[in-house]
Amino acid sequence: MNREDFPIINDNLIYFDNAATTLKPNVVIDAIDDYYKNYSVNIHRGEYDLSFKADQAYANARLTVAKFINADEKSIVFTKGTTDSLNMIVDGYFKDHLNKDDEVLITKSEHASNVLPWFNLAKTNGIKVSFIELNDDLTLSLDNIKNSITDNTKVISLAGITNVIGDIRPIKEICELAHSKGILVVEDGAQSVPHIKTDVKESNIDFLAFSGHKLCGPTGIGVLYIKPSLIDEFKSVEFGGGMNESFDSVDEVYLKEAPTRFEAGTPNIAGAIGLASAIKYIESIGLDKIHEYECELKEYLVSKLSNIEHIKVINPNTKSGIIAVTIDDIFPQDVGYYLNKYNICVRTGNHCDKLLKDLIGVRNTLRISLYFYNTKEEIDKLVELLSDKNKIISEMI
Amino acid sequence: MDSSTKREVILEHYQNPVNRVTDDVEGYVKVNSNNESCIDNINLFIKFNDNKIEDIKFSGEACAISTASTSIMIQNLIGMDIDEALDYINNFTKMLNDEEYEAKDFKDAVVFDETYKQANRRTCVTLPYKGIIKAIEDYKK
Repeated sequence: MNREDFPIINDNLIYFDNAATTLKPNVVIDAIDDYYKNYSVNIHRGEYDLSFKADQAYANARLTVAKFINADEKSIVFTKGTTDSLNMIVDGYFKDHLNKDDEVLITKSEHASNVLPWFNLAKTNGIKVSFIELNDDLTLSLDNIKNSITDNTKVISLAGITNVIGDIRPIKEICELAHSKGILVVEDGAQSVPHIKTDVKESNIDFLAFSGHKLCGPTGIGVLYIKPSLIDEFKSVEFGGGMNESFDSVDEVYLKEAPTRFEAGTPNIAGAIGLASAIKYIESIGLDKIHEYECELKEYLVSKLSNIEHIKVINPNTKSGIIAVTIDDIFPQDVGYYLNKYNICVRTGNHCDKLLKDLIGVRNTLRISLYFYNTKEEIDKLVELLSDKNKIISEMI
Repeated sequence: MDSSTKREVILEHYQNPVNRVTDDVEGYVKVNSNNESCIDNINLFIKFNDNKIEDIKFSGEACAISTASTSIMIQNLIGMDIDEALDYINNFTKMLNDEEYEAKDFKDAVVFDETYKQANRRTCVTLPYKGIIKAIEDYKK
């Protein structure tokens, strides 16, 4: 659906790497173009009209993001992306709130961005990072979370939707369980926010991170959501212009209110404007409709792939647009090169999830990740190309 | 060599590579080689003796081109002294980059004489060479 909105889409391109990044519609490109062409000045200075206009656009972008996830504006911090947001959560909050032997629970299907900041904190603060056991189909159950919680557990940090298995985690129920035991919850929303409705008040999540570029927005812009009750305790991790009220000496530095005190330096103004435009665009289609369509596409693809003997689908039943497969006796990257000859873009590798190999028994897979602009005709073409193993082998080099 | 023969040679080396091992090799220098933008990851095990490359083995996972390139490299470099090997690699790299090179007997490695036309696959071919160059430089020290 909505293929006509994307200038890059044409009959010669089949883009199935949407979990990595998404294509950009004209409205987003135009919004960024408009800023750079017509009011490309800095914010935080109201003396001249153009700056006031940029200021308003930046503030409105924050408001758009806030409404999108049902948050208060002061809880929305613009960052570089999910990775930046997750690192800020660890450095700005947990570094000061976790002590030696405190425990963080994650899983082996988390993206590197939700693993390495915690590993790094474990090195410096002596916290413990433990893994919640996954079900046989690599999904996560509340019971397994319950069983993993110990007296030392202080944080549960999970992807809302995982980037290889594509399972949706019950964030609201996880928050209920965690909060009843005084545990905070971090959601890596990189794969969930662009595909399913996220409501931070309904889920009662404590921290949320997501990126603009995975929801048709520009690269280099992302969001950190901090629950209002945790903002005062959340420290600024970068210092400089824009975020300070005044300063005279080391002991006399006064910072602005949140969220401004988290955004040192000239922010990514064009990025924030582009992100707001992307959010409005996604909202105009409707996340429910997007999710329903992605699941329909996935079901269609899985049913076709299941008839091909040399292909194994790792995650046939998860309800998202992510499908990870292996092909007997062929290195996934070679299949990626083969499909590239037909202008089909897929991702091959471990998808920044280097711990999952222990569970699925293979280090690398081929991942097909769908979005609303993909079609069944594109899937037919992919399936046709994957169904002939000899053709893959003869054309992969 | 025509393109279908090249494909056959590459596939043969991919499916039956020279000196592939599954475990580390004792008494050999080990060097890892991986590509930043892809998932190729190989370990080379080299045995030097009196400035000579006496033996090379490899382990790891890589695409067909990288695996074949590794196999062919091993076949060609075993027995060379290290300066001869560096000269060979230098000329081979020039061929890959479509630069002027001194004609050498590249043997099976001629299958890559047109790889420069596919920029994204050049890094697959060069993967094992990155490793062997590092190992030779370390040995020279």
